[in-house]
Amino acid sequence: MTDIEAYASQAKAWLEKTPIPENTGTEVSREFMAKLYDAGYSGISWPAEYGGQGLSTAEERVFQQAARGKALPVGVFGIGLGMCGPTLLSLGTEEQKKRYIRPLLRGEEIWCQLFSEPGAGSDIASLQTRAVRDEDGWVLSGQKVWTTVAQHADHGLIIARTDADVPKHKGITMFIVDMRAPGVTVRPLRDMTGIAHFNEVFFDDVRIAEDQVLGGVNNGWHAAITTLLHERMSIGMGSAAPDRPTSYKSIAARAQKRGLTEDPAVREKLVDLYIQERALELFNARLAQEVKAGVNPGSRGSVTKLLLAELTLDSAETAAEIFGEGVVAHSEDDELARYAVALAWAPGMALGGGTNEIVRNAIGERVLGLPREPQVDRDVPFRELKVGTQKKETGA
Amino acid sequence: MRLILTTEQQELAGAVRSFLASAAPIARVRQVVEGEESYDRKTWDRLAGELGVTGLAIPEEYGGEGAGRAEVAIVLEELGTALTPVPYFASSVLAAEALLALDDEDAKREYLPGIAAGTTVATLSFGEGVTASADHTLDGRAERVLYGADADLLLVVASLDGKPAVFAVSGEAVKRTPLEVLDLTRPQAAVEFDGIQARLVGPADATEALARTLDVAGAVLAAEQLGGLRRCLDTIVDYAKLRVQFGRFVGSFQGVKHRLADLHCLLEQSESVARYAAWAADEAPQELPQAAALAQAYVGPAYFRVAKEHLLLHGGIGFTWEHDAHFYYKRAKSAELLLGPGRRHRALLAERLGLV
Repeated sequence: MTDIEAYASQAKAWLEKTPIPENTGTEVSREFMAKLYDAGYSGISWPAEYGGQGLSTAEERVFQQAARGKALPVGVFGIGLGMCGPTLLSLGTEEQKKRYIRPLLRGEEIWCQLFSEPGAGSDIASLQTRAVRDEDGWVLSGQKVWTTVAQHADHGLIIARTDADVPKHKGITMFIVDMRAPGVTVRPLRDMTGIAHFNEVFFDDVRIAEDQVLGGVNNGWHAAITTLLHERMSIGMGSAAPDRPTSYKSIAARAQKRGLTEDPAVREKLVDLYIQERALELFNARLAQEVKAGVNPGSRGSVTKLLLAELTLDSAETAAEIFGEGVVAHSEDDELARYAVALAWAPGMALGGGTNEIVRNAIGERVLGLPREPQVDRDVPFRELKVGTQKKETGA
Repeated sequence: MRLILTTEQQELAGAVRSFLASAAPIARVRQVVEGEESYDRKTWDRLAGELGVTGLAIPEEYGGEGAGRAEVAIVLEELGTALTPVPYFASSVLAAEALLALDDEDAKREYLPGIAAGTTVATLSFGEGVTASADHTLDGRAERVLYGADADLLLVVASLDGKPAVFAVSGEAVKRTPLEVLDLTRPQAAVEFDGIQARLVGPADATEALARTLDVAGAVLAAEQLGGLRRCLDTIVDYAKLRVQFGRFVGSFQGVKHRLADLHCLLEQSESVARYAAWAADEAPQELPQAAALAQAYVGPAYFRVAKEHLLLHGGIGFTWEHDAHFYYKRAKSAELLLGPGRRHRALLAERLGLV
């Protein structure tokens, strides 16, 4: 048995014998993260001097494979582990890494990420939240939106405008903000599913110490890109479980049970869905094999993200077409209720982590090397730009 | 499941690619399709002799290399990229795979060495229209046979007692009429049988062997389609970086860029599906029926969409005879229909997924 096989069987054995709590409250999550950490399965490929295990991504992958299909209650740490932590490791000072990484890995501190604003959607760099210098640090004011787990978070990674007299990309700084500081208000944001999966966060003169700048003053755009690359990768990887209600397998089984596959139009829809889902699945498998063989995936994670967004929308619509009226009007406990939920969820994947249009730009420019569009705002000081949604001109 | 090429396979691809770049560039392809010859005999002879790829998947005891369909797929991918007008798919895939699947020892000994050496050009007529009598004489007409007018050896599916059986006849013994074809790089012919005596190959009911043959063919045809698809996308992406309109490179317009991004997604998935199907043909016979139907249902239409968009995005120049875009467009549509239209593969898929 090779080292990696030994590691895999160890991980499997640990996952077998460790009880996995079903309740996913944050206290339960914190305790479970601590357990993971003590067993050596938190931050497997992260540097040992900051609290990681210092192993390779091979061990990391092996553990993830072993944990597949088990719902580990660590979702509340997803943003911290997937985006904030990696950004800290890339750009943080020695002190910042020493201070923040270990508590993240041990489940002591929850992180959120604060980039999007109501006025700055795809054009994140046009953000208006500002941080103004005073004698011993910075004062932060503004509004952020679509912030997952903000209501539980201890810290946030935030980008804010620190110089409005230079072009938009050049006057942004990334900070680590204390989410419990005075002046921080978190308000739940109900999305189209009817549930508050996200938050709006308001900052009213929130004080930030000088040593909480991450990646350098006015270097925040570069820092944000570092974070977003991690985001797109982690969205792509978290794809399609076969037992989700809109998978080909689930829809086909339910359609057969109801005798709907007698209809050739239903079979046609099912075959379409199978082809679309399988083609993406095989691409993900091939990309994983290439990465394992040492090929740098570059921006090809964007392909997965775009295809998954389209599959998510299409499969919900396919379910509606196959199961018909019952999808949109049903009693509370009807099994078709899941497809109404799927329809309401579906647009999220095509909007979060870059809209499909932005992702197509990324594929065009970073994968195919196509020229960028001329940017009319590139050399204009931020102060002189139009940003956000403008008022309609009145009169004619 | 292996979806990426081994080092040896990459070397094979590189060898075929550089050979075709020098021996059969697109100017040579034009010369052949606009000339008298129905295919590029010179390149065919060199593919068989110098490169030795015409018998790749044929076992060594029958004069082949004893490699796999994954290797055949690699050769086809390069031939599809270069649009080389040679009977590789007809002879080294359809006919060779039929003989292997029918497993008739005498027929294998007699025919496979010539196919492997490229000295026998063989083909398989798998359509309907021919019937066999109890004493193995054939009557009827095979409407569309790949390389039917050129093949030395015709393997013909004929209805024997209501079941499909495969018969061998010499190409010279039948009446053959070349057809007008959309894709000039792949000739087809109508073949008439008028009470000709033929040799039964394999069992009297060849249903299973034929299904296997057409599945392998569908799996590796997807690789040929992948090669053409990639070439079209590369060509149009390069052009979008050079062509200027309204003071900008056309590739900088989102209307163009987003279409190219979508086509790139088709490429990534087509490569994955085609590699999977070729892998299944060698390593997972139980997965092959689904994989082959998936490959033809997905990669065929994907190639045509990319070939079409690549022609359209060239603008007016793409509509000229002088430009190469139409050769790919026509190949893509012809290849998509070669083993039956998309609806056939989708119907097979529905059946093989257990939906019917």
